[in-house]
Amino acid sequence: MSSDEIIVTIERPAASPSTPVLSPSAAHLDALESEAIHILREVAAEFRNPVLLFSGGKDSTVLLRLAEKALRPGRLPFPLLHVDTGHNFPEVIAFRDRLVTQLGERLIVRTVQDSIDRGRVRPKHANQSRNAFQIVTLLDAIAEFGFDACIGGARRDEEKARAKERIFSFRDAFGQWDPRRQRPELWSLYNTRLDPGEHMRVFPLSNWTELDVWQYIARENLELPSLYYAHPRRVALRGGALVPVVDTLEIADHEPIETRVVRFRTVGDISCTLPVESPAATADEVVAEILTARISERGATRLDDRTSDASMEERKRAGYF
Amino acid sequence: MSISSGNDQRLLRFTTAGSVDDGKSSLIGRLLHDAGAVPTDQLAALERIAARNGDAGIDLSLLTDGLVAEREQGITIDVAYRYFATPRRKFIIADTPGHEQYTRNMVTGASTADAAVILVDARNGMTTQTRRHLFLAHLLGIRHLVIAVNKMDLVEFARAPFDAVAGAVKAFAATLGAEPPIVVPLSAKFGDNVVLRSDHLPWYDGEPLLAILEGLPSAAEADNLPLRLPVQLVRRTMTPAGQYRRYLGRVESGRIAVGDPIVALPSGAATRVRAIATYDGPLDHAAAPQSIGIEIDDAVDIARGDVLVHPTEVPAVARRLEATICWFDDEPFAAGRRYLIKVGTRTAVAHINEIVYRLDVTTLAPVPATGLVRNDIARVRVTAAAPLAFDPYRANRATGALILIDEQTHATVAAGMIEG
Repeated sequence: MSSDEIIVTIERPAASPSTPVLSPSAAHLDALESEAIHILREVAAEFRNPVLLFSGGKDSTVLLRLAEKALRPGRLPFPLLHVDTGHNFPEVIAFRDRLVTQLGERLIVRTVQDSIDRGRVRPKHANQSRNAFQIVTLLDAIAEFGFDACIGGARRDEEKARAKERIFSFRDAFGQWDPRRQRPELWSLYNTRLDPGEHMRVFPLSNWTELDVWQYIARENLELPSLYYAHPRRVALRGGALVPVVDTLEIADHEPIETRVVRFRTVGDISCTLPVESPAATADEVVAEILTARISERGATRLDDRTSDASMEERKRAGYF
Repeated sequence: MSISSGNDQRLLRFTTAGSVDDGKSSLIGRLLHDAGAVPTDQLAALERIAARNGDAGIDLSLLTDGLVAEREQGITIDVAYRYFATPRRKFIIADTPGHEQYTRNMVTGASTADAAVILVDARNGMTTQTRRHLFLAHLLGIRHLVIAVNKMDLVEFARAPFDAVAGAVKAFAATLGAEPPIVVPLSAKFGDNVVLRSDHLPWYDGEPLLAILEGLPSAAEADNLPLRLPVQLVRRTMTPAGQYRRYLGRVESGRIAVGDPIVALPSGAATRVRAIATYDGPLDHAAAPQSIGIEIDDAVDIARGDVLVHPTEVPAVARRLEATICWFDDEPFAAGRRYLIKVGTRTAVAHINEIVYRLDVTTLAPVPATGLVRNDIARVRVTAAAPLAFDPYRANRATGALILIDEQTHATVAAGMIEG
């Protein structure tokens, strides 16, 4: 309850251009937006040292805009943190830095490479997906800065382990999530009490779906990394999947390589993020595409979730986002 | 930011109650499937499972299958949230398991729901469990009760068993003082009357379940209730013109306009609304459930935990209150222990002074009690260390709900509905 009053000195930054709203039926977006703003203000009021996890991806970009809506004018009362796997798309990192500079906010970057160099994690080979290693880097950063709340952009519609997670999700002193010992969460009355060393993960987008996120991006005219929109890319054809031709992914000799017009639905670690074929070049076109798309977001684009039926749950219990 | 755009693409939050045996997983799976909300990769996975087991068709109940932790230990974790949309509406389902911990789970799922879908097995008729579900849904203030009479295929789609359930649940709802439930016959397994009207039920002249849910009135018209705006946060801003404070919060009920006289409770400080601010620009007025910032005329002292109201429609302000609570914690209630009570955005130290009675959830009769264990529901008297502004839960969900937190373990030990 320390930051009840925060002194700020900057007026509202340059206003975003107002654009016509795509969706004629925005009532549900208004409700979701207001809920997220309420959650972010609760975090600002009840935690001593929160941080907002920002990767430059679409969900965290929406989250950042919601934080602005909740807490402007003036600087946000928390820094941004990116856990950089070192296997990011350069466009995403450039976008991340540009947006942070434009908003005048403070960005902390902690890298998986640094965790590897310090012997905190040991990959089996250089190109192994670093998605799972982020856990160590994130927990180390939480300890380093003493963060007591990490605001993340995860949504319950992404995966069934997330479907059972609270909006204010308690982590013990080891950073672990215990699905059986979650705090009951009723109405909008969040239990934010912690002992030293424990922390909270907070998910203001819990009740948003992929479609809601894209409708909001269109409505708010949010800029995103160009990878989210249709572009020609060299890809290897593997089963029904398109695998981007990059250094960190091995392509077998029998897998044909072609140039296709694709976009990414998620832009995580290069080594486990796959594009889909799509001509959608704007947020409105993506919305239209999702309305007819029938493959789930993670099913289409994530290699790491295919490993086993329960892989997200296992990673979450260990402290993943 | 227009909340009242008057179209149907509003959110409907509903909770589901019933056990696996009632076919709840099948019903949710069927609803998601027939509404086109199941992605092709998930369907392909179900087809692989059906092929492996030599089944004739896919098992839709697997769509709501649990976590590894649940399967390993044969338990079900309280609430899972699921999402789907139709051209008419966006839905959030709070799916609560029916067996273990049903009271705690259902109370949790019901707390944010506008409607409850309660399953009844057509072969069994209304059971004790059905009565409990109806009681809890009503206790949590859910206005729209829908009884899904499932497994109609196992009673030859006959009208008599359905009529028996409909008569019994309506009579029971009346004794609770609840609105009459909507009762719909269906077969989740075969899809009759879930999304599509069934040819097997020519005697039923109502709508299928999905159409009923699409047509329910939206969240209790909170903007017609008295203004309640709990202050979440105070932001102080320096501008070239000077320093000003902005009070941030969500309009939980009612409406507020520039120029309105307002009172901050519990302090009683009176002032006037000078401006309503949002990131997207100033507003002349705002209504529930908008999140806004308020600027005021005077330098009165307003802080987090205060509730902004109109002076003509004030809530109660008191340190003592009575509430019906549901005990959640593994540890039983212990007299004399210090708890934190949270109402709106205010948190205060509190004691439970007295258990007035415990409610037998089966007979619904009040029984004397000296202690409370997990899943108990009881009427209690609470004294807080500082005054709280509150309404009866029946009048206002947002300012009538409370949670109790153990000051030492930090567990959420109970949740409750303020009676007065």
